[in-house]
Amino acid sequence: MKRFRILAAVLGIIAVLSLPAFAAETIKIGAVLAVTGPASFLGAPEAKTLEMLVDEVNAKGGINGKKVELIVKDTQASPEKAVSFAKQLIDEDKVFAIIGPSTSGETMAIKNIAEEGKTILLSCAAAEVIVNPVAKYVFKVAPSDRYAVEMIFSQMKKMGIAKIGVLSSNTGFGKAGKEQIEKLAPEHGIRILVNEVYDKSATDLTAEATKIKAANVQAVVNWSIEPAQSIVIKNIRQIGLTIPVFQSHGFANIQYAKAAGAAAEGVLFPASRLVVADSLPAKHPQKAAVASYKKAYETRFKEDVSTFGGHAYDSLMILAKAIEKAGTDKEKVREAVEATKGLAGTAGVFTFSATDHNGLDMNAFAMLTVRNGRFAPAEK
Amino acid sequence: MFQRFRHITALAAAIAAVQLLTAATGKEFFLTQLTMAGYYTLVIIGLCLLMGYAGQISLGHAGFFAIGGYTSAVLTTVDLSAWKAAPAISLLAKSGILTGRADLYGGQILTVHPWAAFLCALCITIVVAFLIGVPVLKLKGHYLAMATLGFGTIIYSVVLATSRFGAADGISSVPAFPLLPGLAVTGGSSQRVANYYFAWLLVTVGMLLLINLIHSRVGRALRSIHGAEDAAGAMGVDAARYKLNTFILSAVYAAVAGVFLTHYNGGIGPSEASIMKSVRYVAIVAVGGMGSLWGTLIMSAVLNFLSLRGYFGTFDDAVFGSILIAVMLFSPEGVLKLDIRSLVGRWIRTDRKAGA
Amino acid sequence: MFLELFFQYLVAGLTYGTIYAVVGIGFNIIYNTTGIINFAQGEFVMLGGMTAVSLHAFLPLPLAIAGAVLVTMAVGGLIEMLFIRWLVKPSVLRMIIITIGVSILIREGALHLWGEGIRSLPYFTGNEVSAIEIGGVRVSPQVLWALGVAAIVVLLLNVFFHYTMLGREMRACASNRDAAALCGIPTRNMVTLSFVVSAGIGALAGCVVSPITQTQYGIGAGLAIKGFTVAILGGLGNSMAAVGAGFILGILESFSIWVMPTAYKDAISITILLAMLFARPSGLFGNSEAARLKEF
Repeated sequence: MKRFRILAAVLGIIAVLSLPAFAAETIKIGAVLAVTGPASFLGAPEAKTLEMLVDEVNAKGGINGKKVELIVKDTQASPEKAVSFAKQLIDEDKVFAIIGPSTSGETMAIKNIAEEGKTILLSCAAAEVIVNPVAKYVFKVAPSDRYAVEMIFSQMKKMGIAKIGVLSSNTGFGKAGKEQIEKLAPEHGIRILVNEVYDKSATDLTAEATKIKAANVQAVVNWSIEPAQSIVIKNIRQIGLTIPVFQSHGFANIQYAKAAGAAAEGVLFPASRLVVADSLPAKHPQKAAVASYKKAYETRFKEDVSTFGGHAYDSLMILAKAIEKAGTDKEKVREAVEATKGLAGTAGVFTFSATDHNGLDMNAFAMLTVRNGRFAPAEK
Repeated sequence: MFQRFRHITALAAAIAAVQLLTAATGKEFFLTQLTMAGYYTLVIIGLCLLMGYAGQISLGHAGFFAIGGYTSAVLTTVDLSAWKAAPAISLLAKSGILTGRADLYGGQILTVHPWAAFLCALCITIVVAFLIGVPVLKLKGHYLAMATLGFGTIIYSVVLATSRFGAADGISSVPAFPLLPGLAVTGGSSQRVANYYFAWLLVTVGMLLLINLIHSRVGRALRSIHGAEDAAGAMGVDAARYKLNTFILSAVYAAVAGVFLTHYNGGIGPSEASIMKSVRYVAIVAVGGMGSLWGTLIMSAVLNFLSLRGYFGTFDDAVFGSILIAVMLFSPEGVLKLDIRSLVGRWIRTDRKAGA
Repeated sequence: MFLELFFQYLVAGLTYGTIYAVVGIGFNIIYNTTGIINFAQGEFVMLGGMTAVSLHAFLPLPLAIAGAVLVTMAVGGLIEMLFIRWLVKPSVLRMIIITIGVSILIREGALHLWGEGIRSLPYFTGNEVSAIEIGGVRVSPQVLWALGVAAIVVLLLNVFFHYTMLGREMRACASNRDAAALCGIPTRNMVTLSFVVSAGIGALAGCVVSPITQTQYGIGAGLAIKGFTVAILGGLGNSMAAVGAGFILGILESFSIWVMPTAYKDAISITILLAMLFARPSGLFGNSEAARLKEF
């Protein structure tokens, strides 16, 4: 008998949860982000940024007089949760658009769902496959790794480097970068002598560094977003390697440079202008967006901005501009997003088209370095 | 005998009642998460047999889930049309094992038919479970836990390291799994109700099988092994064989769930193979009650549903941890054995003692 | 060059091994009194590191570390008193599941308290790039610190468990709690004490490895899996064996990187370890007679 009582209780809970939600005249925006878990380096600043921006927008009276309602779902970087949440947001909350997911794997898992549900998806992940082949409703605001890799290679050419070692972490971010490096290296006359993938939660990488040392390369490229990217430069320097170290744009968060301390000095990496907002000339097209976001974020959360929070900023701005222009018809807004031209965001200046759902070019990146514990442009 | 079927009937009735309730309240979309929870429940009841009845812990069950899911995902997405001319491939294509379909962007690709992939997944799972089971089940206690954890770690790191498995991104664009004409395992909303019933039909059939098993000769043998393995051996029970068969059976449950959930979600990622997932399965079995298939089933359905709905936001893991602790503190035999009266009675008695 | 590389990989392996060993030791103390594996051990390591970093903002390093160890010991004791102490004859599995729950709670608590950012203590000697060079082979001084701490802890534990009354009483609890109680040993206090001590050792480990591994709220689970692996493979209850198994695992990993793609490091090293375990089912250094007497 007791079992039936429990069954009844379960059914009761479901019934209560099923009560119709209070509906109001708002624009609902869903966010599917890895706020906690292994990709929290991406998701947490993204979620904070959205929360901050939505407050800001609503304080100014919303978009076209309509308040924005934000629904953040924490996936913990699991594709299966991303699938569940995307369906939930599309079928049931009937959101206007979805921002996220934070990682490439999750984005690919829900690409079809957004496409079938005719819901705009603005991914914060970088992989090329998200927008190539182009899906009608799927956009991405993170600059493609291709541009970052090309920037690194052209810097190498200047420095006369032709033999490199490549390290990357076993995450979607690391994988996407590694693939671009492998693809583009021959075009730039660069040979990869060591190409290793390490675990994202690696606690020490001395053996990997030794492998690099044994191969006699002229430079190392490391591609990751985890704390491991600080560990790897420490280990490289500890075993006495003095060759130049290149990092990905994942390094563009000052906490990694701080964690690596003296070892971070001289590391070269491509990054959006967000992280050097203060030293940007006043007439730079991105100056306004970058400076205002940095200031607002750092005052509110008492931590340094990162490129990844910037992606969330860009996606919401692109969406808000499109809604302002096209009203609240989903189809029209999708067309308006696709027609976005010359919109300055934190990652670069966005110009979308029917065939380009990323909207950024190599100008999105600038080559930076670490000087005296601070980020600075590589060229003085 | 009669009671067994009464419980199964109650389960079937509850499954139908939930569906009708969601339909009546216009909340059909709950069925999406309930379907997913159903597949996880299949893993967990299989693990319950292994842990609760055979007394063997496994900290690597997510590995079997992943073997099922990834085998099916790889075979149904790999494009063989480039080798169409090869005699072996064309023979397979003619026999219906391979099937052509249009991919998302209009191209025509040739892949393994989902049913053939399913059979492959089952075979691989049985072979792996056998090869792992033989040496591992000789170990006891913490060493057994350690070895199964090691197995899980190996599967996880192989999945993450192999580009054919999509490395960190996993595999997406997995096609629908055709069951009957007009019925397929797929995430599309038009098939939502049917998929819900299919997932829970699998659970019901799985339950029926397990219940019959534990009330048979095999079940009694398993319990004797759990109780005292040496004594069971002395009575002529071939403990090693029973343990191995149970291990394989529960691996098959996990793999079947892996295959169908992968087709339902349209993809699979490495998080499905992670150690934390295995630990979660074990924890749910403990919360449901080690020797209680029904308790495990209910807890699994409820906990997975709540987690997949994302009700607790960033506190999802914290809530799960609290539930674990609370159940283990107050109802160590599983949530169905929670006896509030005796619990309250005990508190009062301790108070009196403290007062006196 | 070959020899130099060989020793450099060996040093890398020792670095890994030291990290695993220093974490693995902590598992043994609770095991020695209760017979359970404490899944929250990794969280003690994380908690130690995080607290020390926070305290270091206004305290000198040695005091910050001492403070962190004390705070974590208090947390360990509190956990035992809240969740374990009042249970009537808890089964081993019940306690293990409770420690899994506790580990999740500590991790989530740390996330909401400290955020997802990474922190680390400064290097005890030198800085991020300094290394000691012997014949072309270079090692960070922090690795030597960690090695030294591991050695001292093992030594003290051995003395404690074998030559002091308190230590012997704690071991008696593990072998047979009822018999120990009959001998007048306050078994409950012994269990509490074991949680306090192992939390302290975990926190100390967290502090010495923090400059190498860095500390973040989620680091505990990964470290615990490795620590758990070496504690069990070594043969439970023996700190020396955990250290030995830690070095074996570290060196296996390091040399697998030398000859194979790094991505398969875990798969290769765990496969070899499992093969060893199958050959010696009661741990690499364990005593099969003793293992048979243990209940699960």
